[in-house]
Amino acid sequence: MQNTFSDPFDLDGPSFSALLRRRLPAAFEAAFSSTPIDHVEGTTIVALTFSGGVVIAGDRRATAGNIISKRDMRKVFEADGWSAVGISGAAGPAMEMAKIFATELEHYEKVEGGPLSLEGKANKLAQMVRANLPLAMQGLVVVPLFAGFDPRDHIARIYEFDAAGGRYEERRFATAGSGGRDARGSLKARFREGLDRDAAVGMVIEALWDAADEDSATGGPDLVRGIYPLVAVIDAEGYGELDDSTVAERVQSVIADRRL
Amino acid sequence: MAMMPYVSPEQQMKDRADYARKGISRGRSVVAIEYDNGVLFVAENPSATLHKVSEIYDRIAFAAVGKYNEYEQLRVAGIRLADVKGYQYAREDVTGRSLANAYANALGAAFTESAKPFEVELLVAEIHADDVELYHILYDGSITDEHGYVAIGGTAEALTTHVGERFREGLSRDEALGLARESLGAAEKREIPHDRLEVAGLDHDRGRRKFVRLTDADIAAALG
Repeated sequence: MQNTFSDPFDLDGPSFSALLRRRLPAAFEAAFSSTPIDHVEGTTIVALTFSGGVVIAGDRRATAGNIISKRDMRKVFEADGWSAVGISGAAGPAMEMAKIFATELEHYEKVEGGPLSLEGKANKLAQMVRANLPLAMQGLVVVPLFAGFDPRDHIARIYEFDAAGGRYEERRFATAGSGGRDARGSLKARFREGLDRDAAVGMVIEALWDAADEDSATGGPDLVRGIYPLVAVIDAEGYGELDDSTVAERVQSVIADRRL
Repeated sequence: MAMMPYVSPEQQMKDRADYARKGISRGRSVVAIEYDNGVLFVAENPSATLHKVSEIYDRIAFAAVGKYNEYEQLRVAGIRLADVKGYQYAREDVTGRSLANAYANALGAAFTESAKPFEVELLVAEIHADDVELYHILYDGSITDEHGYVAIGGTAEALTTHVGERFREGLSRDEALGLARESLGAAEKREIPHDRLEVAGLDHDRGRRKFVRLTDADIAAALG
């Protein structure tokens, strides 16, 4: 009976992943050791701040070697009402990490009666990346990109990670995945302070286009099937995703601009 | 060695029940009322942070009266059970019924086996597209499901009578809140000011997480 309830000074009290590790060790092991069939190692995730918020977007392609294994993959996930996580790396562990992370934030919020700070969320994610290190050593690397808006101080922040769980805050823009380098170049050339939301959305779509243009493992907009990058905006209103028709319109204007 | 006097099991259970009831009756009551778009929990609670009503999962809410530290433990245990279950299976596999059963088992086991029973009374609510499940769990683990409205706590009897005479199907949220406040006041035989009310519930209009807590301003606006 007693062990149904926790020690009141248990340091892992409101942590969901610690709870899983303690009560369901087998499930936790499995969560971070699934053998990957799909690879999402080729991916581009971009995040960009604007005045009053942050936009995060990802392409939709999953590859296994030189094969395109999925064309409508979701790589940007709502973490909670005020933040989002984009994933690059081995698909199985990466998606599992995004799922546990979202549960983690909700679990904390319910147990403690309020949400974690934005930095607290980023630190928690860094710990999860670090916990994945043994698998990363075997090639199952997971590198997330985390973006959020802190409703307490009204500041949007982006956090980059490395495979070893290092966490780096970015105030302007950040990218992840195999096309990240090209996307970063694209953003670097266009970024200026005090962008508005629309301009920021346009810029991430251009950056994804540039990445897809150079990196075979990043998917461009699929006009035939109507599959477009997934674009999410987090601002004072909270997390919201742009609908496909809006993204399609923006993609068309990028195409029009770039037609030779 | 000191000899323990013989106490019959009946007497033992009765003593425990009296003890639990006495503890529960010292605390303030909670009333749950169904309305046209969900279910509302209302309590008189002078604290703005030590809640009697809280969120367990997407469609499940929890309300308790009695000893705070005891129901707080039960609340956290419920969240843990729900989150682990939702992770292992799927979100829609987490049900109010199984949570209510877990609570009933925990309270029942503590009532018969441990040195002292829990001095708490619980409500678990789950909303579906077309109905609301309301479970009422007593300190000894007995469990009932209720329809329309239910009250727990020291003044539960007076509250149930008062609400029962005035309740009808299809109340609006504000009407349900008004009725709850009037009934809490009638049971306590005094007026209860807006800012001492804790109001939370499950509402269909919310997204995935149906739980909603009304702020003081919301409550004042709703009560006019």
